[in-house]
Amino acid sequence: MTRRAVSRSSRGLRDRRPTLAVFKFASCDGCQLSILDAEDQLLAVTEAIDIINFPEASSRILPGPYDIGLVEGSVTTSHDLERLLEVREQCGLLVTIGACAMSGGIQALRNARDVDELAAMVYPNPEYFDVLEESTPASRHVRVDVEIPGCPVNRRGLVDVLGALLAGRRPALPTHSVCIECKIRGTTCVMVAKGQPCLGPVTRAGCGALCPSYARGCYGCFGPADVVNVASLSAQFDTEGKATIKAGLQSFNVGAPAFEEAARHV
Amino acid sequence: MSETRTIEVGYLARVEGEGSLRAEVIDGELGNVEFSIFEPPRFFEAFLRGRRFTEAPDITSRICGICPIAYQMSSVTAMEDVCGVDVGDPLHELRRLIYCGEYIESHALHIYLLHVPDFLGYESGIAMAADHRAVVERGLRLKQTGNEIIRVLGGREIHPVNVRVGGFWRLPTRKDLDGLATELDRARDEAAETVRWVSQLNIPDVTRPVEFVALSDPDRYPFTEGRIRSSRGIDIDVSEWNEVFVEQHVERSNALHAVIRERGMYAVGPTARFALNHEVIQPVAARAAAEAGLEPGVPNPFQSIIVRAVETLHAVEEALAIIDAYEPPVEASIPVDPVAGVGHGASEAPRGLLYHRYGIRADGEIAEAQIVPPTSQNQLSIEADLREVLVANLDKPDAELQWILEQAIRNYDPCISCATHFLRLEIDRG
Repeated sequence: MTRRAVSRSSRGLRDRRPTLAVFKFASCDGCQLSILDAEDQLLAVTEAIDIINFPEASSRILPGPYDIGLVEGSVTTSHDLERLLEVREQCGLLVTIGACAMSGGIQALRNARDVDELAAMVYPNPEYFDVLEESTPASRHVRVDVEIPGCPVNRRGLVDVLGALLAGRRPALPTHSVCIECKIRGTTCVMVAKGQPCLGPVTRAGCGALCPSYARGCYGCFGPADVVNVASLSAQFDTEGKATIKAGLQSFNVGAPAFEEAARHV
Repeated sequence: MSETRTIEVGYLARVEGEGSLRAEVIDGELGNVEFSIFEPPRFFEAFLRGRRFTEAPDITSRICGICPIAYQMSSVTAMEDVCGVDVGDPLHELRRLIYCGEYIESHALHIYLLHVPDFLGYESGIAMAADHRAVVERGLRLKQTGNEIIRVLGGREIHPVNVRVGGFWRLPTRKDLDGLATELDRARDEAAETVRWVSQLNIPDVTRPVEFVALSDPDRYPFTEGRIRSSRGIDIDVSEWNEVFVEQHVERSNALHAVIRERGMYAVGPTARFALNHEVIQPVAARAAAEAGLEPGVPNPFQSIIVRAVETLHAVEEALAIIDAYEPPVEASIPVDPVAGVGHGASEAPRGLLYHRYGIRADGEIAEAQIVPPTSQNQLSIEADLREVLVANLDKPDAELQWILEQAIRNYDPCISCATHFLRLEIDRG
């Protein structure tokens, strides 16, 4: 997002307690649950921000407009597409939370399949539901101000973004690779030391290099980093290692264009 | 001229996922009662086909951000069953420990933030904090302790990364576990206080006998252990699930409903689990239940909040016992080579029995998957409760009636995201 957009939208936020709404689309609920998982910060957050539409947490659901809207999940039905357009109208700042809203999520795996055939296989009465051809990110349909990556988002990252918006500053979400986080932590490189397939070199930071710190290769749940050189990465591995790299690219961020492209070059 | 009263909630709050409620009263008589699921399906069982068998725990955890451990445990158990592997006691104990974390986290979330507001007349746990700050903070600390177990053993609270077919990627250190024990010592009092506190709530007096189904084991309160038993005599191996139960398609919901083939509806979850396993719950939890006046098997769905509190205390004690007796496994995981065949795995998610069945090929590719989450097993029972509650409260004004109906749905802590995302493919694509 542009600096101007944030400061323009945030200017009003300093005069009163800003309002926030949480909207769910196709998802596992895990990213919005991260808000409630901010246990020791939760009451402080709710004192700084008036959460007036968060159905998973409260029966009080007030109509818009809202200063900040958090969108979780991907668009998979025509009804949800209409709903997203309305959400955009109602929100000063629209922030997507997680891989589903940012790249279509794991459910975008069905994008390569024929959806009518799929629906007919699943439902005795497929006419009861209106599933779209593809599972798509919010940014395909509306302007998005901030996208927080991750499957799930990092809870501290989410709280930081809210804090930045309240202060009228641009959120600082890293775009470099997980490798940098590994180096900062001092974690031994699982690829160099143990030959494990790892998507760290092509995956965006933000998790704190979690998987390598647990002695496994990164599986790409934060989506593509700013530079994705998969040809160089996959050249390091044999057939089985390449298959693991490809499976990672085709999982929780399968719909991210840089991963889609990369999967063709493994 | 007939008079129709309709209670309608288009988007249920304080549940996981998207569901709605509709109840009709025609001339003072009960009409249709529907608890519907409109969350869009995500076709997980279709994606799993063609993936490596080792990917199942990471992929299936994404069905539910609320109970990812349950999905990981049912799936690894099923995959190890296909491949004929037993991970052995020390690794199994660590799996029980991370599952304790999920019980504490999930139950504390449901009790304090989602369900108690119904009993005390608040819109949310956060709003409740204005009048009961210390209580809400106690709940959040308890929830944090559960999450801390998952974070230490799994790497993160939601979609942990450390669980794999065959065990874990990395073992916790003694220091990690000692840190958890310190927190759990503190949580013990908070969990005991939670049982006392919820037992003093005004619990509606509603009785509706139902067949309870849960895993049951003679020695331990089950997470992944034991046979599937019921309060009316079912006693089967996990692999026999499809012989006794069947999933049915209901038009109004984007989910299948499970029933017992011979006699229909049943209920899973804390009340069922406690009814069938109270003899092996941690003694501290058994005493707390007795002091709270909780009798196993009493078919009042509104007592589920007390059972959740008792199970939270059990999970705290169980976690401490596991840490106390912990002997590190030789390796973080044992190798699992794929074997062509079909395997079954069941575990007791916080919301009830979660059954997985997979077929895999000799090269390790998943050929088929069946996943039956707790909420799709409870859906008919939820609707039956709603009828019971409606009949007993027809004289109440609409707003009050709606309130108690929503409260009745939350007795089950329904996870609609889970229920929707398992839709069976009826046709084999070859």
